[in-house]
Parts: sequence; C-alpha cells; structure tokens
Amino acid sequence: MSDVQKNTAPGGQSRKNRLLTFHILRYNPQDPDSKPHMQSYQVEEAEGMTLFLALTEIREHQDPTLQYDFVCRAGICGSCSMLINGRPGLACRTLTHNLDPDITLAPLPVFELIGDLSVNTGKWMRGMSERLETWVHTKEQELDLSKMEERMDPDLAESIYELDRCVECGSCVAACGTAQMRNDFVGAVGMNKIARFKLDSRDTRSDDDFYELVGDDTGVFGCMSLLGCQDVCPKELPLQTQIAFLRRKMISAGLKR
Amino acid sequence: MKVIYTDVLVVGGGLAGLRMAIGAKRRGHDTIILSLVPPKRSHSAAAQGGMQASLGNVIKGQGDNEDIHFEDTVRGSDWGADQVVARMFVNTSPKAARELAAWGLPWSRVRKGDRQVIINSQKVTITERDEAQGLIAQRDFGGTKKWRTCYVSDGTGHAMLYTASDRAIAEGIDVHERCEALALIHDDNRCYGAIVRDLITGELRVYLAKATALATGGAGKVYRVTTNAVICEGIGHALALETGVAALGNMEAVQFHPTGIVPVGILVTEGCRGDGGLLRDIDGHRFMPDYEPEKKELASRDVVSRRMEEHIRKGKGIKSRFGEHLWLDITLLGRHHIEHNLREVKEICESFLGIDPAEKWIPVRPAHHYTMGGVRTHHTGESPHLKGLFAAGEAACWDMHGFNRLGGNSVAETVVAGMIVGEFISDFCDEKENDIDIPMKLAQEFYDREKGKLQSLLNSTGNESAFKINTEMQEIMTRSVGIFRNGEALGEGVKQLQALLERSRNIALTSKVPGVNPELVMAYRVQKMLKVALAIAYGALQRTESRGAHFREDFPHRNDKEWLKRTLSFWRGDSTTLPELQYEELDVMKMELPPGWRGYGAKDYIDHPDTAKRQAEVEEIRKQTEGQDRFAVQDKIMPFRDKLPASLRERNERIDEPLN
Repeated sequence: MSDVQKNTAPGGQSRKNRLLTFHILRYNPQDPDSKPHMQSYQVEEAEGMTLFLALTEIREHQDPTLQYDFVCRAGICGSCSMLINGRPGLACRTLTHNLDPDITLAPLPVFELIGDLSVNTGKWMRGMSERLETWVHTKEQELDLSKMEERMDPDLAESIYELDRCVECGSCVAACGTAQMRNDFVGAVGMNKIARFKLDSRDTRSDDDFYELVGDDTGVFGCMSLLGCQDVCPKELPLQTQIAFLRRKMISAGLKR
Repeated sequence: MKVIYTDVLVVGGGLAGLRMAIGAKRRGHDTIILSLVPPKRSHSAAAQGGMQASLGNVIKGQGDNEDIHFEDTVRGSDWGADQVVARMFVNTSPKAARELAAWGLPWSRVRKGDRQVIINSQKVTITERDEAQGLIAQRDFGGTKKWRTCYVSDGTGHAMLYTASDRAIAEGIDVHERCEALALIHDDNRCYGAIVRDLITGELRVYLAKATALATGGAGKVYRVTTNAVICEGIGHALALETGVAALGNMEAVQFHPTGIVPVGILVTEGCRGDGGLLRDIDGHRFMPDYEPEKKELASRDVVSRRMEEHIRKGKGIKSRFGEHLWLDITLLGRHHIEHNLREVKEICESFLGIDPAEKWIPVRPAHHYTMGGVRTHHTGESPHLKGLFAAGEAACWDMHGFNRLGGNSVAETVVAGMIVGEFISDFCDEKENDIDIPMKLAQEFYDREKGKLQSLLNSTGNESAFKINTEMQEIMTRSVGIFRNGEALGEGVKQLQALLERSRNIALTSKVPGVNPELVMAYRVQKMLKVALAIAYGALQRTESRGAHFREDFPHRNDKEWLKRTLSFWRGDSTTLPELQYEELDVMKMELPPGWRGYGAKDYIDHPDTAKRQAEVEEIRKQTEGQDRFAVQDKIMPFRDKLPASLRERNERIDEPLN
C-alpha cells in the first residue's frame, strides 16, 4: 500500500447534476389551520449530497418553515431518523445518489409529531428508560473513587459496548408491527437495553427482576418476530438474537414463578 | 407569565451539564436541566477517541501519573492554562473514569499477554502485565508522553453520554428538552436564572434559580467547516457576554483538528493516528516526520494542523473539486483492528465517502474543532464578575486548555468539571447568604424585553435574511480567523463582522408564525453568534504573538514577555459592535512548570522576565525536597489540593502506586 493510490475524492467524475424532487409530508399540529399534505421541492443534486444537505438547502432557500431535526449530521446522534421512501433511516448519512430522483420523506410513525419531519423521540425514549430502569443497579455502597476500578473481562466489555451502540433513533420502533398497534410496547430499543444490562456483571438485577420489566405483552411476549427492527437498525445491532435470547430467558424465569 | 423555580438551573444537557446536575441533585438541591435536544443527542456523543486519565494500566502507560498528565496538559496549552486548575483536573480525571466504570460504562479493558500494535509504522509486539488484566485500557494520543487515553472502542463520548444521561434519569433529574435560554436574568452583581423559549410551542417562560450554570458546549458554527454539531452555536457564550457583566476568556484560542474528512468536515478520531495511522501527501509520502521528528503525527493538534496546511501550501496537497486535501492512511492497522477499535470511523467512511478505510486512504484536511475560550470562571466554576453564574465544560474558561487543548482532555474535562463545579454549586446553594428574594420585577423586565425582541423580529420590515447573514459570518471567520492569521486579514474580518452585526439588526422574516419557526430561531441566534464571532476575531487581532492554536504570520513567536496573559472580553451595551478587551496577567512566579519549549513545534519564543527566576526557585525546591515523595515535592512547588472539594482531594491508586 505504499504506492500512490488512484483514490479520488467522493463522488468520482463529474457529470450533469440530476434535478431531485422531494415530496415531503407537511403538517404543523401547533397551527389550527394546518392540514396534513404533501409538498414538493426541487433541488439540484451536488456531489456527496446527503438528505441533511438537501433539506438544509430547501429550508434556507425555498421554505424557511420546514421542520426537521439534525444535530451531529454524522450518523452518531440518532436525531434525524425519518421515513425515506417509506423506510426508516438516518437522513444525515443517506446519500442522494443512492436514491431515485423522486424522493418521498415523512416523519416516523408511533412518535408524537412536533411538525413536518420532526418527531419527539426524546420524550418516548425518556419514558422507556424510566420504565425499564435503563441504568446499572448496583449494591448500595459508598464508592471510593481513589481505589482501582473493578476488573471486567475484556470480551464482556466489548459485548456490552456492541449493544450500547444504540443511538435511540427510533427507527426500530417505527418499523415495528407491535408498536403500531399498542403504544405501551417497549420496542427493540427497550429489549436491547434490557439485554445489555442483563449482560453487565455490574448490574445486580436477577432474571426475575427483568421479568417484571419485560415479561409480558408490552415486552418480549408482544414481539411478533416480524423483525423489521433488525432490518432498519442503522447501527446494525443484532436485535433478532437479543430478542430471541431474552424471550428464552424470560420464559424460563416465568416458569419458575 | 409562567414562572418555574429551582435551586439550580443547568443550561445544556451534554456531559458537563449532566454531571453537574447529578452532583447538585445528590447534595439535595432541586435541579432542572434545559436542553436544546434530548440529552443523549448532545455533541458530547461525538467524542470518539477517548478520555485522558492517568491510570497507567497498559504497559505503554506504565509509570504514568498526575505529574506527567499535568506537564503534557500545560505544554499542550502553550503555557496559557491556569496551572492550579490543570492540577485539579489531572487529580480528578482518574476518579471520573472510575466513577463512570461503576455507573456502567463499558470501558475497553486490558487483555494480559502479547498483542501486536503499530508504532511509528512498524508492527511491534507488546506484552500486557498479568496484574493489569481486566482493568481499563489506554491508547496513545497526540501530545502525551504515555498511553493515557481511556476509551470505549471509538464511541467513547457516546457511551459516556448514555451512561451519564441514564444516571441522571436514575436520579430523577428533570430535563426540559427542546428548550432554549434566550437571556440570563441578572442585575449588576447577581444572576437569577433565565428567560427560556420552548422550541415546540414557542412559549416564553421564566426560570428563577439560586445558581445558573452554563454547559452549552462550543461555538463551532461560527465557522463554515467545523466538526461541531449543528447545535454548537456558542449561544451559552453569548448569553454570558450579553449580560454586559460577565466576561469571556481567550476567545481567540480556537482549535483546528487535523483530520476532518473532505468535504463535509466530519471528524475522524485522533485515535486513528494514536493507533498508528499515518498522514500522507500527493506522492504517498509520510511527511510529518520531516517536520516533527520527535512526535511526528502525534504532536499536538495545533502543530499537526499547521504542518498539514504548510505542506499543502508547498504544493503537496491532493487537488479535488472540493479544494485540496491530504491522506490519512489507516490501512496498515489491519481490518480486524479497524472493525473492533475504529468502527465509527469505518461507518463514517462508508456512509459519507463510500470507501472502506481498511483498503483506501481517507481524504482529510484540518477543520474547526474546539473552542478553548469560554465563560471566564474561578476554579470553582463561578464567574468572577456575576455572582450565581457558573459554567463548565467547553462553554467555560476556568482555564485548563490555555491556547491548545490536548486530544482526550475535553471529554475528560466535561465529567471532571461536572464533578468539581457540581460540588461548588452545591456549596454555594448551601450558604444562607446566597438565598435570594424572588426578583419578580426584574424577571418581568427581562421577560418583556425578550418578548419584545421576538415580536420586533416578527414585525420587522427590514431587508436582511438571517440565513444569508449566517453564511456570510461563517465565510468571514473561515477566511480571516483560521489556522494562519495576520493583522491585515483579521482587521478586515473584524470590520466585515461589525458591518454584518449592524445588518443583522435589520433581519426580516418571510415566515411570521409565532410557534415553531426555524427562521425566527436562526434570526435571534445569528445576532448572538455574531457577538461571539467578534470576540474571537477582535481578540485574535489584538493578540500580536503566536501561542498554541493562535498563530500570527506577522508575529510568529510566542511572546511571554508581553502576552503571558488571558484575554477577557466584555460586551457593553446593545448599540456597540465591538467587545471591550481587558487582560489578566498569568503569574510566572506561581507556576509549577515555568514556560519553556513544548517538546514539539517552534523552539523560539520570547521569555518572560520572571521565567529564569522561577525556574531557579523550582529547582531549588526540588533540591531541598530530594528524597521526599512526589506529592510532598509538588505541594511545596504549587499547592492545589485545598482548592478541590473535600471529596475529591484523595490520591489515586494504581498498579504501581498502591494506596497506603
């Protein structure tokens, strides 16, 4: 690899830019006169254009009222999940050149709509965290911070991080059949968190405790195994395996009761 | 007028804000966090590579301790840091790392035995000690003598933010999401809270608090190409500045990160170079050793960024439609390493560049990255000018980074400052004398003022566009206040920003809806951002020397004789277009590490008249204390322990340094 690479900047050779047409579902629930409707915008495609760049251009040059959420614009904060041609995904890292020139955008279902493409995933996720107590439960004892940390197996740490990579973007919930039907379903995001804390040797909760949290139709037994969650997860988390594993554990915890 | 009362109001839900709030809540103070976005979306999540804490678990970190971390930090700062604060920081950082471990953070851990690493482009086998098995691991980073950067793969900030945020939920801390502070409520001496706008409904509310703490992060969006998130607009800086009472410190100290990907400026972590990645030019040549034979790719960020730009100026950049760039080569690290320890980097390369970094080189160029300057505070985090106003993290200047921050020291600072300032805020709230009579009249005045400002924006018949002014500001800053600066360009930039600030008073909106209104938000924010941009540009114009990240082509030397001082900027009155600058001397005679060569970068600098005297004094103390342990020696040179909250004064245990 010491030779000079024939690596070109993203996008490759220039050609005539496409004209993209965005069809965006508009609705402002704060405005009594607003009715849900589709609105179209045209944008000339540029090299390396993402939906973040395209939507910013629409807001700055065509329609300053357009609502959406971006924060990191690098695929790590989970703010910008929306329905892209009907499929949940992170808009910031979706390159327009991978899409047809007609692009339909809509807000994620299930979550409370703030306006246009902006939904309140934060409120939903906080509710889920409170309900599932998504933190390590440790023995009540004064922590002596001057002492060395407790040891952890390096492989275990890596396995926990694997599940900890979830960015709470809500894609899995939006793609979930059960979540469409019952609003108290914790979703793959919730079950993944339980699996994560169950794995964590620092957490003192037993299977019985986890059963209390997800051992019913709002948790593992509500899942219909459609697994849209796994298909759309932008972090490619092994949700299918985690849900199956958790369900098996919860069945045996339930039988012991 | 809706009024909400609390003991502590924390503005900002990133790591610093969360940790401060947890501290205050645990001490029994009612605490509310305001956050523009759900806290887990904060920019803290973007810290990839790791957090510096001198645990010394890995073999390449053996012998590391607070003393070495302290020296690295001060050298990195180019002697701009407050050394007492740097000492407080390095003593607390191991505690912060261990606290997070206890809270569930999945730190990457040491595996005993042999492993292959890349050092200076060579494959080397190192052997981790048996007794280190399962302890928190460290990787190499720029500007450090030891491997000190604790990490969680390359998602360190994300994992830390989730751990801290979940901890805050466990503690029952209220977070008012999608809420934005528009102004601090204050008189000439005391801060009483903030006027807050709900970004969903547009409602204005009054928050009254005994203590108000800004943890609003950086101001990257005043530049065009920045690694910062969309929300890092320096609004917290502006809130403090607009009081006309509180000051910002060292705003001209702006860090450019060597490896922003071209063209979008998204960061790839310093961990790439820490783990052995190389920088290459158009000929595929590894050029950093030519400039920095000792630290090579791992000199401090200000130095590496300047060397890269210098190399591009020599015609060694790769030309692309987006301008010139250089290559970051991590292919030599191997696919396994990249897929386990640099997976976010891999995802970013795949998503935004369409390349596999295990096969191809990454196009990079320095991009704006970090705001060293911030709300000037004491070591307690409290503003020396406005009682009851605190700040922590990137928004603050307490001042541990001086003119250049080391990689891994910012995410460490967030939690360390959160721990320390959280205690001092609690002490403040415990003091009877800091109780407040509810200042309803004042609150009403500020509420009316802010309401009036919003209304006049909505009613404006001016002819300026908020988005356009924002773009122009970013262009001016990028052009005139970048990596290489000079008096002429800075002078021009300041003038243009002043004109832009005046024009911003004529912004009109095309959309008049009062509730969610992205254009209205841009309008009031850009008026604030321009003041922050002016503090940066004007500070840079006045500082006629080069120090750390502030590099003046017309004054290329660090000048300790004239400029060993901190810039303070104040904004006096609504009609002005320039900050008022004052300077605060740094006292060489109190420094533990008197100014000298950093160990990388330029070797010529102009000494302060006290430097030799202090150097002799320090050496004399070392001679007198010979044979005593390092803590006793340090205490004689520059005592700091009593400055820390009592709960954080203890020493730190290590494999090689057991506690007695």
